[in-house]
Amino acid sequence: MDTHVDERKNELIEYMEKTKKQSHPESCLIAILHKAQQLYGYLSKEVMDEVATTMNIPTAHIWGVATFYHYFNLAPQGAHTIYVCLGTACFVKGAGKVLDAVKEELKISVGETTPDNLFSLRETRCLGACGLAPVIMVDDKMYGELTPKKAVEILRSYKK
Amino acid sequence: MVTPLSIIKKKRAEAIGKIIGGGYLSTKRVYVGMATCEIAAGSQEVMAVFKKAIEEGLADVYLSQKGCVGRCNLEPTVEVVEEGKLPVKYGKITPQKARDIIERHLKRGEVIEEWTLNNLEAKAQKGIREYAVTLCDGPGCMHKNSKKLAEKLEQELKEKNLDDKVSITLSGCLGMCDHGPIMIVNPGYTMYGKVKEEDIPSIVNDHLINGRPVSRLIVDEDYLFNRFYRFFGDVNFFGKQMRIALRNCGISDPESIDGYLSLRGYEALAHVLTEMTPQEVIDEVKTSGLRGRGGAGFPTGTKWEFTRRAPGDEKYVICNADEGDPGAFMDRSAIEGDPHTVLEGMIIGGYAVGAQKGIVYIRAEYPLAIKRLEKALAQAKEHGFLGDNILGSDFCFHIEIRLGAGAFVCGEETALIHSIEGSRGMPRPRPPYPSIEGLFGKPTLINNVETWANIPVIILDGARWFSSIGTETSKGTKVFALAGKVKNTGLIEVPMGITLRQLIFDIGGGVSDGKKFKAVQIGGPSGGCITEEDLDTKIDYESLQKAGAIMGSGGMIVIDETSCMVSIAKFFLDFTQNESCGKCVPCREGTKRMLEILTRITEGKGKKGDIEKLERLGAMIKKASLCGLGQSAPNPVLSTIRNFRKEYEEHIYEKKCAAGECKALIDYRITDKCVGCGACKRICPVSAINGAPKEAHVIDQAQCTRCGLCFDTCKFDAIAKG
Repeated sequence: MDTHVDERKNELIEYMEKTKKQSHPESCLIAILHKAQQLYGYLSKEVMDEVATTMNIPTAHIWGVATFYHYFNLAPQGAHTIYVCLGTACFVKGAGKVLDAVKEELKISVGETTPDNLFSLRETRCLGACGLAPVIMVDDKMYGELTPKKAVEILRSYKK
Repeated sequence: MVTPLSIIKKKRAEAIGKIIGGGYLSTKRVYVGMATCEIAAGSQEVMAVFKKAIEEGLADVYLSQKGCVGRCNLEPTVEVVEEGKLPVKYGKITPQKARDIIERHLKRGEVIEEWTLNNLEAKAQKGIREYAVTLCDGPGCMHKNSKKLAEKLEQELKEKNLDDKVSITLSGCLGMCDHGPIMIVNPGYTMYGKVKEEDIPSIVNDHLINGRPVSRLIVDEDYLFNRFYRFFGDVNFFGKQMRIALRNCGISDPESIDGYLSLRGYEALAHVLTEMTPQEVIDEVKTSGLRGRGGAGFPTGTKWEFTRRAPGDEKYVICNADEGDPGAFMDRSAIEGDPHTVLEGMIIGGYAVGAQKGIVYIRAEYPLAIKRLEKALAQAKEHGFLGDNILGSDFCFHIEIRLGAGAFVCGEETALIHSIEGSRGMPRPRPPYPSIEGLFGKPTLINNVETWANIPVIILDGARWFSSIGTETSKGTKVFALAGKVKNTGLIEVPMGITLRQLIFDIGGGVSDGKKFKAVQIGGPSGGCITEEDLDTKIDYESLQKAGAIMGSGGMIVIDETSCMVSIAKFFLDFTQNESCGKCVPCREGTKRMLEILTRITEGKGKKGDIEKLERLGAMIKKASLCGLGQSAPNPVLSTIRNFRKEYEEHIYEKKCAAGECKALIDYRITDKCVGCGACKRICPVSAINGAPKEAHVIDQAQCTRCGLCFDTCKFDAIAKG
């Protein structure tokens, strides 16, 4: 386990060292946070400290950036992340009911993770698949033309 | 002498050679849509069926992926193209249907009519045709009596008993006004110009019966955009459009630079480097009349000129692909379908303003678009379209990709710059404008994806031609993402100047499920609603604004009678309130207060004076906010109050939501139509429904959460909402 953690840390440090060779390395902060989230699944305080030390950027600034953008998770995520699209087209076509059904099925609210760590639930504004509204995305697979019932069936298929 | 132009010509010849060598001239070509939406609809599984068939020996079939063509609700789409025949376009293809297409169409040559787009689409001519005639019905040709031509053609075809073999489509402006009236005959894409009624018999006799085009009428002009119509001109949904920015989307493999080169890709860049000075490029863009497609509509050429004139050697070019507007997917589709066009536009822009570096700022939520863009960048570098000494010239230009991280405000240019610099995406006051002081304090040119995609066409087909399309103040075309309660949802590109009614009813096919049209929301969270009364508004920047909406980036959501306008307004405000960066007080606090008021109205707790308070607050926020987000945030509320004040009043004074969307203002009751089937009782998540089998059921109002599941489930229309 420990060696695994080190590998991730090494990869992150290696990535940061590469950006330091460019002009304006501090501008790569968001890219670095993307990389860190890709490696760890979320941005922990320790990771942010690591970035701060390596890049010589104040942790406060990093915290400011990490909390500003919706894309960054500040807590560990479940094995699967469900994004319920609440874009306009989905909203008009009943995304609210889909969201209610998903919440009811998982017994959690938006932003939370199920106790078994299987699912995290998030809402998103427009996945750009408006023609298939309403849609949800589980990890990176998109499901369109949903009804509350279909959405629940999809979730159950991930439980198997 | 070796020039950029001579290099590109050679590259094009090589690319075409490679494509043909790869089997492009096979008897049959199959294209499968592979954009985000297509994949979500199941196109990967369809692609796999074709791949497997070829592996297992299906011969003489060339299989390729393609980008999004924009026919959203009929995805996945598949086209079968055979030389000399009309391309057959299938929609809603499943793996089983794909297997049937292989057996019946590819092996036995039988077109399966019921799965064709024309058969699936409302308002289209049914049946399988041998010829497709497209008659331009744009303002220029209409003026020259294109309708009369259509009638004459119809009559002539009837006399010759050809009316079920030839389809006739009236298209929107084809941008060939000098040669009008224009008639295009497919397959073969023969374009006839200055067609008169007396020419019709010879066209029918020589071309449609004997297969010999009438040479004296042929217009031999090759515009970039009209390749699209060789494939799609006979489908009503596409025939009425005009594709400039999206010209290659859906007709070429977006991951193949050879495909792009074969469609005259990078020729505009070579032309610019060979024959034009930077100032001449800027003049050309200015003459074209192109205005920013990201929403505000600032004249593009002028912006370029400001950046060029700004002092400093280090300059930047940025492509704004941070498409955050909920309900918009134009930029995503454009990049997924034709990434090289955007890159080519940016390189030309870099040359014109004297920049050395370009950045594409794209949403992290668009993984496929990012992947295709990365691939395109690598290919362009390999071919010498990017890097040092591009195509042997002195011009050096590099492009890199930067990902956003989910913040709507980053669509605002100064916020976007802060985000690229690695900070919170918060806007700053302008001036100085980015063209003077932008990224890292250097002069920076920022244009949106669609704006960039227009540039190669303006260079190759000419500013004069480009400016002949559209209205006095708005030139060219605009891409819209048409969604919501409309029959044909999709990505559409139309010439400026067509009316909203034409767009929603002719192209969109009207409101879905037989419901009544209520409003169309244009411009997303910054825009407004337009009602029935103003549907004849022309699409151009000024007219839309006058009607109470904005052009915006192109989100267009059709709303029917089942939607509550107060809820829609609340939806948008909830969005902008959540996305407000918090820097200026009017936006941060003002939107919050407005949202509180809207929330209490939809919860049945609205008070007298709430509407007036919303109006006052809205006007103040518009006036006092720092950036475009705040300045436009109240628009959806103000525009719905203006158009649907009665609905607001009903919510507040009568505690009624006529559309039945506000849960606190409705209840569900079981009527005497109930047969006691028990379906509602079984589905109710809170067990609020009681009743014995075959006896009328009852809803316990105290327990009911108004989720509406019973209403949706009942097959006997026995549940009333009100």
